[in-house]
Amino acid sequence: MTQLQARGVVRAYGPTPALRGVTLDVAEGEIVAVTGPSGCGKSTLLHCLAGILRPDAGEVTWRGHRIDTWSEAARSRLRRTEFGVLFQFGQLVAELTAAENVALPLLLAGTGRREARTAALTWLERFGVADLADLRPGEMSGGQQQRCATARALVTEPWVLFADEPTGALDTLTGEQVLTQLVRLAREQRTAVVLVTHEPRIAAYADREIVLRDGLVDHTGLGLDVPLAGGAR
Amino acid sequence: MSTPHVLLGLLAGGSRHGYELKRAHDQRLPRARPLAFGQVYATLGRLERDGLVATAGQDRASGPDRTAYELTGEGRATLDRWLSAVEPPMPYVASTLFAKVVVALLVADVDRARSYLVAQRAAHTARLRELTAVKADPAATLSDVVAADFAIAHLDADLRWLHTTLGRVADWHREVHP
Repeated sequence: MTQLQARGVVRAYGPTPALRGVTLDVAEGEIVAVTGPSGCGKSTLLHCLAGILRPDAGEVTWRGHRIDTWSEAARSRLRRTEFGVLFQFGQLVAELTAAENVALPLLLAGTGRREARTAALTWLERFGVADLADLRPGEMSGGQQQRCATARALVTEPWVLFADEPTGALDTLTGEQVLTQLVRLAREQRTAVVLVTHEPRIAAYADREIVLRDGLVDHTGLGLDVPLAGGAR
Repeated sequence: MSTPHVLLGLLAGGSRHGYELKRAHDQRLPRARPLAFGQVYATLGRLERDGLVATAGQDRASGPDRTAYELTGEGRATLDRWLSAVEPPMPYVASTLFAKVVVALLVADVDRARSYLVAQRAAHTARLRELTAVKADPAATLSDVVAADFAIAHLDADLRWLHTTLGRVADWHREVHP
């Protein structure tokens, strides 16, 4: 079943076009890599799909509901409850411990404090950082922080996870460990993932690759709609 | 890859029969080309001739696969020298990928070179995905993961080169045909 659709999405920054009519579908539980050279519109597309940015034209629908016309408050609520968002770095709240950071989306969604902490500890455990539960971000390495941020993005068991270069600030081994675990857990709970990356070896974790060039889906681009070898899933 | 040195390494822990060596080789180097039995025995024969391994006993007198081999002192020294020696980084750019683009530019045009680069990039990407699936399999052993890592890193380097060259091929053609 299609979870997320973009239809002719256009977005500009002042006079500079970033997206010039992008159409794509993301199915339930599907992992889609969005790739392309710097400045091709990858991150802008992710922001439009996640309801962070509003397109200038075109439509974004989620489970049949057109969300690009929703108010900022409604889109924000959608992101808190149904979506997860993960960026390259700088996402944890500096004043909160790892466990408090991971519990935060659940608390905002109305989960009780004790239940939220239990879930947070479970998710920290899944990313191998349960022993850091009571440390603040400033007391952790970059890789540890990104594991916590990934746990926080998945703790609500979202329908869709939007990940923008999630391993871009990590060394190769740490990045692969975080990504392998992210993909494994997303598949287990059938969370769809929109993964923005410029690295072929990261895109290779996805079921399908969509290449953007100059704000458009590049139909001559490599890997367009190419399923994962072996027909996984 | 140096099969004789790998076999010396596999004998370092104690004597083994030829079939045990083949099995250990394929298990420890999972993405290497499997070693043929014939190659194992031929290599053991040369190592024995050179005094690097010696026969350690025979279960029966019924064929070479019952012969166990062990490292000699000279074999251990040879293995140690090999492990201590740094492999020289490849001195020449000798890849077929590179040569094919050069020849395409010499005998054809930019489009021919570009279509080759695009097709090659798709083939490399497909292989990259296969290997990534091997790695991401929860049942993968660390030997599988490390072997896949090695292949992925090389494919990734080729992919970066293919991608960059696609962006340069038109200028390159002008240089080849001024």
